[in-house]
Amino acid sequence: MSTLSTAQEHDEHHDHKPKGMMRWILTTNHKDIGSMYLIFSFAMFLIGGAMAMVIRAELYQPGLQIVEPNFFNQMTTVHGLIMVFGAVMPAFTGLANWLIPMMIGAPDMALPRMNNWSFWILPMAFAILLSSLFMEGGGPNFGWTFYAPLSTTYAPDSTALFVFSVHIMGISSILGAINVVVTIINMRAPGMTYMKMPLFVWTWLITAFLLIAVMPVLAATVTMVLTDKYFATSFFSAAGGGDPVLFQHIFWFFGHPEVYIMILPSFGIISAIVPAFSRKKLFGYSSMVYATASIALLSFIVWAHHMFTTGMPVAAELFFMYCTMLISVPTGVKVFNWVATMWRGSMTFETPMLFAIAFIVLFTIGGFSGLMLAITPADFQYHDTYFVVAHFHYVLVTGAIFSIMAAAYYWLPKWTGYMYDEKLGKLHFWASLISVNVLFFPMHFLGLAGMPRRVPDYALQFADFNQLVSLGGFAFGVSQLIFLVVVIKCARGGEKAPAKPWEGAEGLEWDMPSPAPYHSHTTPPEVK
Amino acid sequence: MSEHVGENQALNVKNKRLVAKLFGAIVLMFGFGFALVPLYDVFCEITGINGRLVNNNQEQSTLVDKSRTVRLQFTTSVAPGMPWQFKPHVNYVDVHPGESKVVKFLASNQSDANVTGQAIPSVSPGVASLYLNKTECFCFQQQILKSGESIDMGLVFFVSTEIPADIKTLTLSYTLFNVTDPDSIQAVDLQAAL
Repeated sequence: MSTLSTAQEHDEHHDHKPKGMMRWILTTNHKDIGSMYLIFSFAMFLIGGAMAMVIRAELYQPGLQIVEPNFFNQMTTVHGLIMVFGAVMPAFTGLANWLIPMMIGAPDMALPRMNNWSFWILPMAFAILLSSLFMEGGGPNFGWTFYAPLSTTYAPDSTALFVFSVHIMGISSILGAINVVVTIINMRAPGMTYMKMPLFVWTWLITAFLLIAVMPVLAATVTMVLTDKYFATSFFSAAGGGDPVLFQHIFWFFGHPEVYIMILPSFGIISAIVPAFSRKKLFGYSSMVYATASIALLSFIVWAHHMFTTGMPVAAELFFMYCTMLISVPTGVKVFNWVATMWRGSMTFETPMLFAIAFIVLFTIGGFSGLMLAITPADFQYHDTYFVVAHFHYVLVTGAIFSIMAAAYYWLPKWTGYMYDEKLGKLHFWASLISVNVLFFPMHFLGLAGMPRRVPDYALQFADFNQLVSLGGFAFGVSQLIFLVVVIKCARGGEKAPAKPWEGAEGLEWDMPSPAPYHSHTTPPEVK
Repeated sequence: MSEHVGENQALNVKNKRLVAKLFGAIVLMFGFGFALVPLYDVFCEITGINGRLVNNNQEQSTLVDKSRTVRLQFTTSVAPGMPWQFKPHVNYVDVHPGESKVVKFLASNQSDANVTGQAIPSVSPGVASLYLNKTECFCFQQQILKSGESIDMGLVFFVSTEIPADIKTLTLSYTLFNVTDPDSIQAVDLQAAL
């Protein structure tokens, strides 16, 4: 052994990968795992999307025509669970796996074998969740927020499966978060100080800490639901000395940081793309870092704004109202910085940039409706109406999902080594942009007019707007298939991508050839 | 090369230490989730904000504040699985702060079995729970009613003279829960069969 060149042997040893399925099952490579996360999350996006199509088809007309109310409730519940835990979060973890080692000059993630585990338990979790839909009595039908007593006293028999699948999803996210933290703290290339890290790395570091702080609280919540339902405890039952309102406090203590878990990495993505296509440095880098950190800290003291109608004392309502409004300050700093980055830049509008600009505009609309919801007296009218549905779909679809789309287009040439079809990409963008607004914008008015959320039937006066919303929904669903075509085409071939396909792009990942070699930075780059 | 290996080992140790710390944080946060349960109870008890009656055994003031009256409304409900009828004899009473009043609630067991019930009170607005004092209440213990039996259950209360002037109406709500031991139901069935 010692007679061989060690470096060469090292390379040969590591480039050897099993053929076929086993390569993917056994892989510890951050790029393989990143790809699997992204493919899995897109599959979940389509499944969750299909459920949304069922919902919109039922709501196309007033009255019950396609599905039973109980099945409708299962669709709203599982759609939410899949989109949150199956689509958005794994997509971000996939991007983190692919990009963080390349961006900070590390050869791989710090804990590659744990990385393999954190991915492979995820399909198991969703197999359990989806299988519960076929059980006698149906799957979870209590909404993705699983408020007690809906999830305890009145829940279907399959609730244990829901609980276990959420446990597994939580473990997966926690393992992923640990990996990200250890990688970023211990594996940076020499000279890559914290304040030189790309913002995507920064936002993910903060997201990972949020995950570590709140996913265990979610695990505790579902455990209490499990024991309340099956083992006669009374955490949430007044008869045994518990309190159903307590459920909402614990759930939203997890739930509010969770919504920032789903948006902070987006901020990192947009902060990479906007400077690249404006051909300018990002405006206000350090203020971006501090704004992200303050949003994360504030996220722990605003949870009760989801509960204004539970009968809190006025002083508490005011506290949560003002804290919530305070979040718009660091968020405003971010939007300002992105706009200032574009200001007088020599901008071009390739697909990633189009999605990024749409993100800034539409996410801000979602932010404003959030600000409206934060106003306690106004919230009494908006609470549990379609206004809320419109609000969180603006921040999650045109926010989180659009940023993931932007990221996919931006880094696809680096991943596959080929340029994607720009024409198809633009078609995907415009089709998505128009349909998503037809889908979600009228929901604001439906909510203000008093249409409650999570109902399979509605009063006649909402019929026209619901029809419009459903048509937008079907169009948005079909538009996403264009994205599937773009990605498959791009993976199969096309115009060869140079190492740095975007003129203004910055970061260590663009110093590597396209497609990125199986092992990133085998010798650490020097960062000046 | 050996230097490289040494570096790798140092990195491994560093990674392991950090992973251990992060796992510690996770265990702590899982515990924190459960710790929220008692914390919530304590917090509500101190501030009286969720409408649960705290009954802080305040000495009844001999002073009665005749300058104002407070209306106390009653609502009752039975939890699912509770085969009783349950209602107050009066829907509301007007009292001066400091004045003691007695109110009766009628409960009747409509089922064929003996049933044990437990009433859980709640006060609205939540902060008012700090000022509503019960000297006697059927909710202090469980009630056992035989099949078809009815009972008048008493509540003796006074509203503290310290109640803020802006609270003019309080609602006291009782929910009756069936807390019959499943074993005793079986015993009743057996007796009936015999």
